[in-house]
Amino acid sequence: MSIVRALKCRECGTEYDIAPVHVCEFCFGPLEVVYDYDALGGHFTRELIESRPQNMWRYKELLPIDGDPTVGANVGFTPLVRANNLAKVLGVKELYIKNDAVCYPTLSFKDRVVSVALSKAVEFGFTTVACASTGNLAGSVAANATAAGLNSYVLIPHDLEVGKVVGAGIYDTKIVAIEGQYDDVNRLCSEIAGKYPWAFVNVNVRPFYAEGSKSYAYEIMEQLGWKAPKHVVVPMASGSLCTKVDKAIKEFVKLGLVDDAKTRIYGAQATGCSPIARSVKEGTDLIHPVKADTIAKSLAIGNPADGYYANRVMKESGGWSEDVSDQEIVDAIKLLAQTEGIFAETAGGVTLGVAKKLIEQGRIPRDESIVICVTGNGLKTLEAVQDHIDPVRTIKPTLKAFEPLAEADLAAKK
Amino acid sequence: MTIQVRIPTPLRRLTGGADEVSIEAENIGILIDNLESAHAGLKERLCDENGSIRRFVNVYVNDEDVRFLAGKDTPLKDGDEVSIVPAIAGGAL
Repeated sequence: MSIVRALKCRECGTEYDIAPVHVCEFCFGPLEVVYDYDALGGHFTRELIESRPQNMWRYKELLPIDGDPTVGANVGFTPLVRANNLAKVLGVKELYIKNDAVCYPTLSFKDRVVSVALSKAVEFGFTTVACASTGNLAGSVAANATAAGLNSYVLIPHDLEVGKVVGAGIYDTKIVAIEGQYDDVNRLCSEIAGKYPWAFVNVNVRPFYAEGSKSYAYEIMEQLGWKAPKHVVVPMASGSLCTKVDKAIKEFVKLGLVDDAKTRIYGAQATGCSPIARSVKEGTDLIHPVKADTIAKSLAIGNPADGYYANRVMKESGGWSEDVSDQEIVDAIKLLAQTEGIFAETAGGVTLGVAKKLIEQGRIPRDESIVICVTGNGLKTLEAVQDHIDPVRTIKPTLKAFEPLAEADLAAKK
Repeated sequence: MTIQVRIPTPLRRLTGGADEVSIEAENIGILIDNLESAHAGLKERLCDENGSIRRFVNVYVNDEDVRFLAGKDTPLKDGDEVSIVPAIAGGAL
Protein backbone atom coordinates (compact mmCIF):
# COMPACT_ATOMS: atom_id res chain seq x y z
CA MET A 1 0.00 0.00 0.00
CA SER A 2 1.19 3.50 -0.76
CA ILE A 3 0.91 6.10 1.96
CA VAL A 4 2.39 8.90 -0.14
CA ARG A 5 0.28 11.99 0.38
CA ALA A 6 1.78 14.68 -1.84
CA LEU A 7 4.82 16.67 -2.82
CA LYS A 8 5.32 19.53 -0.43
CA CYS A 9 7.50 22.62 -0.69
CA ARG A 10 10.10 22.60 2.09
CA GLU A 11 10.03 26.39 2.21
CA CYS A 12 6.46 27.69 1.86
CA GLY A 13 4.53 24.45 2.44
CA THR A 14 2.53 24.50 -0.81
CA GLU A 15 1.44 20.97 -1.72
CA TYR A 16 1.41 19.47 -5.21
CA ASP A 17 -0.01 16.29 -6.69
CA ILE A 18 2.50 13.54 -7.40
CA ALA A 19 4.21 14.46 -10.70
CA PRO A 20 7.72 14.75 -12.14
CA VAL A 21 8.39 18.20 -10.67
CA HIS A 22 11.03 19.24 -8.15
CA VAL A 23 10.69 22.96 -7.55
CA CYS A 24 7.86 24.92 -5.97
CA GLU A 25 6.19 27.02 -8.66
CA PHE A 26 5.63 29.78 -6.21
CA CYS A 27 8.80 30.27 -4.15
CA PHE A 28 11.27 27.94 -5.95
CA GLY A 29 11.84 25.90 -2.80
CA PRO A 30 12.63 22.18 -3.21
CA LEU A 31 9.73 19.72 -3.14
CA GLU A 32 9.76 16.75 -0.82
CA VAL A 33 7.59 13.62 -0.69
CA VAL A 34 5.34 13.61 2.37
CA TYR A 35 3.47 10.62 3.74
CA ASP A 36 0.35 9.89 5.72
CA TYR A 37 2.01 7.71 8.36
CA ASP A 38 -1.23 7.15 10.25
CA ALA A 39 -2.56 5.27 7.22
CA LEU A 40 -0.11 2.47 8.08
CA GLY A 41 -2.29 1.80 11.10
CA GLY A 42 0.14 -0.50 12.90
CA HIS A 43 0.52 -2.69 9.80
CA PHE A 44 4.21 -1.86 9.25
CA THR A 45 5.97 -3.87 11.96
CA ARG A 46 9.44 -5.32 12.61
CA GLU A 47 7.97 -8.79 12.00
CA LEU A 48 6.57 -7.82 8.61
CA ILE A 49 9.84 -6.24 7.53
CA GLU A 50 11.89 -9.23 8.73
CA SER A 51 9.64 -11.63 6.82
CA ARG A 52 10.56 -10.00 3.50
CA PRO A 53 13.56 -10.59 1.17
CA GLN A 54 16.80 -8.88 2.19
CA ASN A 55 16.79 -5.85 -0.08
CA MET A 56 15.81 -2.19 0.25
CA TRP A 57 12.22 -2.88 -0.77
CA ARG A 58 11.47 -4.51 2.55
CA TYR A 59 10.72 -0.91 3.60
CA LYS A 60 8.64 -0.17 0.50
CA GLU A 61 5.79 1.42 2.45
CA LEU A 62 8.18 4.31 3.23
CA LEU A 63 9.41 4.67 -0.35
CA PRO A 64 7.46 6.76 -2.88
CA ILE A 65 6.44 4.18 -5.46
CA ASP A 66 3.08 2.58 -6.20
CA GLY A 67 3.05 -1.17 -5.64
CA ASP A 68 6.18 -3.17 -6.37
CA PRO A 69 9.37 -1.77 -7.94
CA THR A 70 9.90 -2.31 -11.66
CA VAL A 71 13.59 -1.37 -11.47
CA GLY A 72 16.28 -2.56 -9.06
CA ALA A 73 14.39 -5.32 -7.31
CA ASN A 74 17.58 -6.71 -5.73
CA VAL A 75 19.22 -3.52 -4.52
CA GLY A 76 20.32 -2.96 -0.93
CA PHE A 77 20.76 -4.77 2.36
CA THR A 78 24.50 -4.33 2.32
CA PRO A 79 26.60 -5.42 5.32
CA LEU A 80 26.83 -3.40 8.50
CA VAL A 81 30.31 -4.39 9.59
CA ARG A 82 31.36 -4.29 13.26
CA ALA A 83 34.78 -2.71 12.76
CA ASN A 84 36.76 -3.85 15.79
CA ASN A 85 40.21 -3.46 14.24
CA LEU A 86 39.52 0.07 13.16
CA ALA A 87 37.85 0.83 16.49
CA LYS A 88 41.06 -0.13 18.25
CA VAL A 89 43.14 2.21 16.09
CA LEU A 90 40.70 5.09 16.63
CA GLY A 91 40.34 4.33 20.34
CA VAL A 92 36.57 3.91 20.33
CA LYS A 93 34.32 1.24 21.78
CA GLU A 94 31.58 0.50 19.27
CA LEU A 95 32.20 1.23 15.60
CA TYR A 96 30.37 0.10 12.46
CA ILE A 97 30.89 0.54 8.75
CA LYS A 98 27.75 0.53 6.62
CA ASN A 99 29.31 -0.85 3.49
CA ASP A 100 27.63 0.25 0.27
CA ALA A 101 30.91 -0.34 -1.57
CA VAL A 102 29.23 -3.69 -2.28
CA CYS A 103 25.78 -2.42 -3.17
CA TYR A 104 24.22 -4.36 -6.05
CA PRO A 105 24.51 -3.95 -9.02
CA THR A 106 27.02 -1.09 -9.50
CA LEU A 107 28.90 -1.02 -6.20
CA SER A 108 27.65 2.25 -4.84
CA PHE A 109 24.88 3.68 -2.76
CA LYS A 110 23.48 5.28 -5.91
CA ASP A 111 21.70 2.03 -6.84
CA ARG A 112 19.25 2.80 -4.03
CA VAL A 113 18.20 6.21 -5.30
CA VAL A 114 18.27 5.16 -8.93
CA SER A 115 15.96 2.18 -8.43
CA VAL A 116 13.37 4.45 -6.82
CA ALA A 117 13.83 7.16 -9.48
CA LEU A 118 13.57 4.75 -12.41
CA SER A 119 10.65 2.80 -10.95
CA LYS A 120 8.92 6.14 -10.58
CA ALA A 121 9.94 7.21 -14.11
CA VAL A 122 8.32 4.04 -15.47
CA GLU A 123 5.14 4.84 -13.50
CA PHE A 124 5.12 8.33 -15.04
CA GLY A 125 5.50 6.79 -18.51
CA PHE A 126 9.01 8.02 -19.37
CA THR A 127 11.04 5.93 -21.81
CA THR A 128 14.31 7.90 -21.55
CA VAL A 129 16.08 8.59 -18.28
CA ALA A 130 19.09 10.80 -17.64
CA CYS A 131 21.32 12.24 -14.94
CA ALA A 132 24.00 14.73 -14.05
CA SER A 133 26.70 12.66 -12.41
CA THR A 134 30.08 12.74 -10.74
CA GLY A 135 30.47 9.08 -11.75
CA ASN A 136 28.71 6.60 -9.49
CA LEU A 137 25.30 7.82 -10.52
CA ALA A 138 26.24 7.53 -14.20
CA GLY A 139 27.05 3.83 -13.80
CA SER A 140 23.97 3.15 -11.77
CA VAL A 141 21.58 4.94 -14.12
CA ALA A 142 23.17 3.24 -17.14
CA ALA A 143 23.03 -0.27 -15.64
CA ASN A 144 19.58 -0.08 -14.12
CA ALA A 145 18.10 1.64 -17.20
CA THR A 146 19.45 -1.03 -19.52
CA ALA A 147 18.12 -3.80 -17.30
CA ALA A 148 14.72 -2.10 -17.26
CA GLY A 149 14.62 -1.55 -21.03
CA LEU A 150 14.91 2.24 -20.77
CA ASN A 151 17.09 4.54 -22.88
CA SER A 152 19.57 6.63 -20.95
CA TYR A 153 21.79 9.68 -21.19
CA VAL A 154 24.44 10.38 -18.60
CA LEU A 155 26.15 13.75 -18.39
CA ILE A 156 29.46 13.93 -16.56
CA PRO A 157 32.34 16.35 -16.03
CA HIS A 158 35.06 15.70 -18.65
CA ASP A 159 37.78 14.75 -16.13
CA LEU A 160 36.27 11.74 -14.32
CA GLU A 161 38.15 8.62 -13.28
CA VAL A 162 38.45 5.96 -16.02
CA GLY A 163 36.66 3.37 -13.88
CA LYS A 164 33.60 5.52 -13.67
CA VAL A 165 33.48 6.35 -17.38
CA VAL A 166 33.97 2.74 -18.49
CA GLY A 167 31.68 1.61 -15.69
CA ALA A 168 28.87 3.57 -17.32
CA GLY A 169 29.76 3.20 -21.00
CA ILE A 170 29.72 -0.60 -20.85
CA TYR A 171 25.95 -0.54 -20.41
CA ASP A 172 25.31 1.07 -23.80
CA THR A 173 24.23 4.40 -22.43
CA LYS A 174 24.87 7.72 -24.13
CA ILE A 175 27.65 9.44 -22.24
CA VAL A 176 28.18 13.14 -22.77
CA ALA A 177 31.23 14.72 -21.12
CA ILE A 178 30.90 18.39 -20.34
CA GLU A 179 33.82 20.80 -20.44
CA GLY A 180 33.35 22.08 -16.92
CA GLN A 181 32.75 21.01 -13.33
CA TYR A 182 29.80 19.12 -11.87
CA ASP A 183 28.00 22.38 -11.18
CA ASP A 184 28.19 23.24 -14.88
CA VAL A 185 26.86 19.79 -15.77
CA ASN A 186 24.05 20.25 -13.27
CA ARG A 187 23.01 23.62 -14.63
CA LEU A 188 23.00 22.28 -18.19
CA CYS A 189 20.86 19.31 -17.08
CA SER A 190 18.26 21.67 -15.64
CA GLU A 191 18.03 23.35 -19.02
CA ILE A 192 17.88 20.03 -20.91
CA ALA A 193 15.19 18.78 -18.52
CA GLY A 194 13.12 21.84 -19.40
CA LYS A 195 13.30 21.02 -23.10
CA TYR A 196 13.34 17.21 -23.50
CA PRO A 197 10.69 14.83 -22.12
CA TRP A 198 13.16 12.81 -20.07
CA ALA A 199 13.20 11.73 -16.45
CA PHE A 200 16.33 13.35 -15.04
CA VAL A 201 16.84 11.35 -11.87
CA ASN A 202 18.42 14.22 -9.96
CA VAL A 203 16.43 17.04 -11.51
CA ASN A 204 12.73 16.56 -12.27
CA VAL A 205 12.30 13.26 -10.39
CA ARG A 206 14.71 14.28 -7.63
CA PRO A 207 12.09 14.33 -4.85
CA PHE A 208 11.44 10.60 -5.41
CA TYR A 209 15.06 9.71 -6.13
CA ALA A 210 16.32 11.28 -2.91
CA GLU A 211 13.86 9.24 -0.84
CA GLY A 212 15.73 6.08 -1.89
CA SER A 213 18.55 7.19 0.42
CA LYS A 214 16.40 6.51 3.44
CA SER A 215 16.74 2.76 2.89
CA TYR A 216 20.43 3.06 3.80
CA ALA A 217 19.53 4.33 7.27
CA TYR A 218 16.59 1.94 7.74
CA GLU A 219 19.02 -0.92 7.19
CA ILE A 220 21.50 0.49 9.68
CA MET A 221 18.80 0.57 12.36
CA GLU A 222 17.49 -2.91 11.60
CA GLN A 223 21.02 -4.34 11.47
CA LEU A 224 21.88 -2.75 14.81
CA GLY A 225 19.05 -4.89 16.22
CA TRP A 226 16.30 -2.28 15.79
CA LYS A 227 18.28 0.52 17.37
CA ALA A 228 19.22 3.96 16.17
CA PRO A 229 22.96 4.67 16.47
CA LYS A 230 24.19 7.46 18.74
CA HIS A 231 26.45 8.96 16.07
CA VAL A 232 26.42 8.76 12.26
CA VAL A 233 29.08 10.23 9.99
CA VAL A 234 27.80 10.91 6.47
CA PRO A 235 29.63 12.09 3.33
CA MET A 236 28.21 15.28 1.84
CA ALA A 237 28.13 16.52 -1.73
CA SER A 238 24.70 18.12 -2.18
CA GLY A 239 23.93 17.35 1.48
CA SER A 240 20.99 15.14 0.53
CA LEU A 241 22.05 11.92 2.29
CA CYS A 242 22.56 13.83 5.52
CA THR A 243 18.95 15.03 5.44
CA LYS A 244 17.56 11.62 4.44
CA VAL A 245 19.40 9.76 7.21
CA ASP A 246 17.78 12.19 9.61
CA LYS A 247 14.35 11.71 8.03
CA ALA A 248 14.67 7.91 8.09
CA ILE A 249 15.59 7.84 11.76
CA LYS A 250 12.72 10.16 12.66
CA GLU A 251 10.30 7.98 10.68
CA PHE A 252 11.37 4.79 12.47
CA VAL A 253 11.08 6.55 15.83
CA LYS A 254 7.64 7.89 14.92
CA LEU A 255 6.47 4.44 13.83
CA GLY A 256 7.77 2.89 17.05
CA LEU A 257 10.26 0.65 15.23
CA VAL A 258 13.20 2.04 17.26
CA ASP A 259 13.61 4.14 20.38
CA ASP A 260 14.82 7.70 20.00
CA ALA A 261 18.58 7.58 20.61
CA LYS A 262 18.99 11.33 20.03
CA THR A 263 21.21 10.42 17.11
CA ARG A 264 23.77 13.04 16.20
CA ILE A 265 24.50 13.45 12.51
CA TYR A 266 27.90 14.62 11.29
CA GLY A 267 28.67 15.68 7.72
CA ALA A 268 31.99 15.04 5.98
CA GLN A 269 33.50 16.99 3.12
CA ALA A 270 36.85 17.33 1.39
CA THR A 271 38.63 20.58 2.22
CA GLY A 272 38.85 21.32 -1.52
CA CYS A 273 35.06 21.40 -1.70
CA SER A 274 33.61 22.13 1.71
CA PRO A 275 30.88 24.78 1.44
CA ILE A 276 28.56 22.97 3.86
CA ALA A 277 31.26 22.09 6.42
CA ARG A 278 32.41 25.68 6.33
CA SER A 279 28.92 27.03 7.01
CA VAL A 280 28.58 24.77 10.06
CA LYS A 281 32.01 25.68 11.40
CA GLU A 282 31.37 29.39 10.88
CA GLY A 283 27.96 29.19 12.55
CA THR A 284 25.97 30.54 9.61
CA ASP A 285 23.30 28.97 7.43
CA LEU A 286 24.47 30.74 4.29
CA ILE A 287 26.21 28.36 1.94
CA HIS A 288 28.88 30.09 -0.13
CA PRO A 289 29.28 28.22 -3.44
CA VAL A 290 32.87 27.22 -4.23
CA LYS A 291 34.89 25.98 -7.19
CA ALA A 292 35.70 22.38 -6.29
CA ASP A 293 39.30 21.13 -6.21
CA THR A 294 39.68 17.70 -4.59
CA ILE A 295 40.48 14.08 -5.41
CA ALA A 296 37.07 13.23 -3.93
CA LYS A 297 35.31 13.88 -7.22
CA SER A 298 32.13 12.14 -6.16
CA LEU A 299 31.71 14.85 -3.51
CA ALA A 300 32.80 17.75 -5.68
CA ILE A 301 29.60 19.77 -5.76
CA GLY A 302 30.45 23.41 -5.20
CA ASN A 303 26.84 24.62 -5.07
CA PRO A 304 25.03 22.05 -2.90
CA ALA A 305 21.26 21.87 -3.40
CA ASP A 306 20.52 20.64 0.12
CA GLY A 307 23.31 22.51 1.88
CA TYR A 308 20.96 24.62 3.95
CA TYR A 309 18.93 21.63 5.14
CA ALA A 310 22.01 19.51 5.85
CA ASN A 311 23.39 22.39 7.89
CA ARG A 312 20.16 22.48 9.90
CA VAL A 313 20.12 18.72 10.48
CA MET A 314 23.63 18.81 11.89
CA LYS A 315 22.85 21.77 14.09
CA GLU A 316 19.53 20.43 15.39
CA SER A 317 20.79 16.91 16.00
CA GLY A 318 23.81 18.15 17.94
CA GLY A 319 26.22 16.95 15.27
CA TRP A 320 28.99 18.85 13.56
CA SER A 321 30.90 19.01 10.32
CA GLU A 322 34.54 18.78 9.33
CA ASP A 323 36.66 18.48 6.23
CA VAL A 324 39.89 16.71 5.33
CA SER A 325 42.75 17.28 2.89
CA ASP A 326 43.52 15.04 -0.09
CA GLN A 327 46.39 13.47 1.85
CA GLU A 328 44.09 12.71 4.80
CA ILE A 329 41.62 11.14 2.36
CA VAL A 330 44.28 8.80 0.97
CA ASP A 331 45.48 7.95 4.48
CA ALA A 332 41.94 7.12 5.55
CA ILE A 333 41.26 4.93 2.49
CA LYS A 334 44.42 2.98 3.39
CA LEU A 335 43.51 2.81 7.06
CA LEU A 336 40.09 1.32 6.29
CA ALA A 337 41.56 -1.13 3.79
CA GLN A 338 44.34 -2.20 6.13
CA THR A 339 42.21 -2.61 9.25
CA GLU A 340 38.90 -3.94 7.93
CA GLY A 341 39.68 -5.18 4.42
CA ILE A 342 37.25 -2.70 2.92
CA PHE A 343 38.36 -0.70 -0.10
CA ALA A 344 36.30 2.48 -0.23
CA GLU A 345 36.33 5.14 -2.90
CA THR A 346 37.54 8.64 -2.13
CA ALA A 347 34.21 9.66 -0.54
CA GLY A 348 34.72 6.84 2.01
CA GLY A 349 38.17 8.24 2.74
CA VAL A 350 36.57 11.62 3.38
CA THR A 351 34.03 10.13 5.77
CA LEU A 352 36.51 8.06 7.77
CA GLY A 353 39.03 10.93 7.75
CA VAL A 354 36.43 13.28 9.18
CA ALA A 355 35.22 10.69 11.71
CA LYS A 356 38.81 10.31 12.95
CA LYS A 357 39.17 14.06 13.23
CA LEU A 358 35.91 14.46 15.14
CA ILE A 359 36.87 11.66 17.55
CA GLU A 360 40.27 13.29 18.14
CA GLN A 361 38.59 16.66 18.70
CA GLY A 362 36.34 15.05 21.31
CA ARG A 363 33.20 15.96 19.37
CA ILE A 364 32.32 12.28 18.98
CA PRO A 365 32.66 10.48 22.32
CA ARG A 366 34.73 7.30 22.39
CA ASP A 367 32.28 5.16 24.36
CA GLU A 368 29.11 5.38 22.26
CA SER A 369 27.98 3.68 19.03
CA ILE A 370 29.32 5.25 15.84
CA VAL A 371 28.36 4.39 12.25
CA ILE A 372 30.57 5.47 9.37
CA CYS A 373 28.89 5.59 5.97
CA VAL A 374 30.87 4.09 3.09
CA THR A 375 28.95 4.76 -0.10
CA GLY A 376 31.20 3.70 -2.96
CA ASN A 377 33.88 1.26 -4.08
CA GLY A 378 37.62 1.99 -4.26
CA LEU A 379 38.07 0.01 -7.46
CA LYS A 380 36.37 2.87 -9.29
CA THR A 381 38.83 5.51 -8.10
CA LEU A 382 42.17 3.72 -8.43
CA GLU A 383 43.83 6.92 -9.65
CA ALA A 384 43.52 8.39 -6.18
CA VAL A 385 45.65 5.73 -4.49
CA GLN A 386 47.69 3.97 -7.17
CA ASP A 387 50.86 5.87 -6.26
CA HIS A 388 50.35 5.28 -2.55
CA ILE A 389 50.74 1.50 -2.30
CA ASP A 390 53.94 -0.49 -1.71
CA PRO A 391 55.85 -1.06 -4.95
CA VAL A 392 55.29 -4.43 -6.62
CA ARG A 393 58.43 -6.60 -6.65
CA THR A 394 58.88 -8.53 -9.87
CA ILE A 395 61.07 -11.67 -9.76
CA LYS A 396 62.00 -14.70 -11.86
CA PRO A 397 59.73 -17.75 -11.32
CA THR A 398 62.25 -19.49 -9.05
CA LEU A 399 62.37 -20.27 -5.36
CA LYS A 400 65.91 -18.88 -5.40
CA ALA A 401 64.59 -15.48 -6.40
CA PHE A 402 61.77 -15.59 -3.87
CA GLU A 403 63.68 -16.61 -0.77
CA PRO A 404 65.77 -13.46 -0.25
CA LEU A 405 62.63 -11.42 -0.60
CA ALA A 406 60.73 -13.42 2.02
CA GLU A 407 63.73 -13.33 4.37
CA ALA A 408 64.05 -9.57 3.97
CA ASP A 409 60.35 -9.21 4.88
CA LEU A 410 60.83 -11.42 7.92
CA ALA A 411 63.85 -9.37 9.03
CA ALA A 412 61.92 -6.14 8.55
CA LYS A 413 59.11 -7.48 10.72
CA LYS A 414 61.55 -8.25 13.56
CA MET B 1 20.53 54.01 -14.61
CA THR B 2 19.11 51.19 -16.67
CA ILE B 3 19.79 47.62 -15.74
CA GLN B 4 19.16 44.53 -17.87
CA VAL B 5 17.45 41.80 -15.82
CA ARG B 6 17.30 38.17 -17.00
CA ILE B 7 14.01 36.51 -16.12
CA PRO B 8 13.88 32.71 -15.60
CA THR B 9 11.24 30.61 -17.38
CA PRO B 10 8.89 30.18 -14.39
CA LEU B 11 8.52 33.96 -14.01
CA ARG B 12 8.04 34.86 -17.65
CA ARG B 13 4.28 34.59 -17.33
CA LEU B 14 4.52 37.79 -15.28
CA THR B 15 6.67 39.62 -17.84
CA GLY B 16 4.49 38.88 -20.85
CA GLY B 17 6.91 36.17 -21.94
CA ALA B 18 9.98 38.43 -21.97
CA ASP B 19 13.23 36.71 -20.94
CA GLU B 20 14.94 40.03 -20.34
CA VAL B 21 13.56 43.35 -19.11
CA SER B 22 15.11 46.80 -18.57
CA ILE B 23 14.63 48.38 -15.17
CA GLU B 24 15.81 51.64 -13.63
CA ALA B 25 17.43 51.10 -10.23
CA GLU B 26 20.33 52.15 -7.99
CA ASN B 27 20.37 48.97 -5.96
CA ILE B 28 18.83 45.48 -5.81
CA GLY B 29 16.07 46.45 -3.35
CA ILE B 30 14.90 49.28 -5.60
CA LEU B 31 15.27 47.02 -8.61
CA ILE B 32 12.85 44.52 -7.07
CA ASP B 33 10.35 47.28 -6.20
CA ASN B 34 10.54 48.69 -9.71
CA LEU B 35 10.19 45.21 -11.19
CA GLU B 36 6.98 44.90 -9.16
CA SER B 37 5.66 48.22 -10.50
CA ALA B 38 6.35 47.15 -14.07
CA HIS B 39 5.22 43.52 -13.67
CA ALA B 40 2.83 43.12 -10.77
CA GLY B 41 3.23 39.91 -8.77
CA LEU B 42 6.98 39.52 -9.25
CA LYS B 43 7.96 40.77 -5.81
CA GLU B 44 6.06 38.17 -3.82
CA ARG B 45 7.69 35.47 -5.91
CA LEU B 46 11.15 36.84 -5.17
CA CYS B 47 10.75 37.98 -1.58
CA ASP B 48 9.15 36.50 1.54
CA GLU B 49 6.66 38.27 3.80
CA ASN B 50 9.51 40.14 5.53
CA GLY B 51 10.76 41.47 2.23
CA SER B 52 13.91 39.31 2.27
CA ILE B 53 14.95 37.53 -0.91
CA ARG B 54 13.61 33.97 -0.70
CA ARG B 55 16.15 31.29 0.17
CA PHE B 56 15.86 29.45 -3.13
CA VAL B 57 15.82 32.51 -5.32
CA ASN B 58 19.31 33.41 -6.43
CA VAL B 59 19.95 36.94 -7.62
CA TYR B 60 23.23 37.57 -9.35
CA VAL B 61 24.89 40.85 -10.26
CA ASN B 62 27.42 40.13 -13.01
CA ASP B 63 27.62 36.46 -11.91
CA GLU B 64 28.11 37.19 -8.21
CA ASP B 65 25.36 36.09 -5.79
CA VAL B 66 24.03 39.21 -4.02
CA ARG B 67 24.02 37.26 -0.73
CA PHE B 68 27.77 37.57 -0.83
CA LEU B 69 27.68 41.23 -1.85
CA ALA B 70 25.37 43.53 0.12
CA GLY B 71 22.07 41.69 -0.38
CA LYS B 72 19.25 44.07 -1.25
CA ASP B 73 21.59 47.03 -0.67
CA THR B 74 23.96 45.85 -3.39
CA PRO B 75 24.56 48.94 -5.56
CA LEU B 76 24.05 48.84 -9.31
CA LYS B 77 25.78 50.82 -12.01
CA ASP B 78 25.20 51.31 -15.71
CA GLY B 79 25.89 48.18 -17.69
CA ASP B 80 25.43 45.79 -14.78
CA GLU B 81 23.60 42.59 -15.60
CA VAL B 82 21.22 41.09 -13.10
CA SER B 83 20.11 37.45 -13.36
CA ILE B 84 17.39 35.76 -11.38
CA VAL B 85 17.96 32.00 -11.13
CA PRO B 86 15.68 29.57 -9.34
CA ALA B 87 16.85 26.75 -7.07
CA ILE B 88 19.42 24.27 -8.21
CA ALA B 89 19.08 20.50 -7.99
CA GLY B 90 21.60 17.68 -8.38
CA GLY B 91 23.50 15.30 -6.16
CA ALA B 92 22.42 12.47 -3.87
CA LEU B 93 25.11 12.27 -1.22
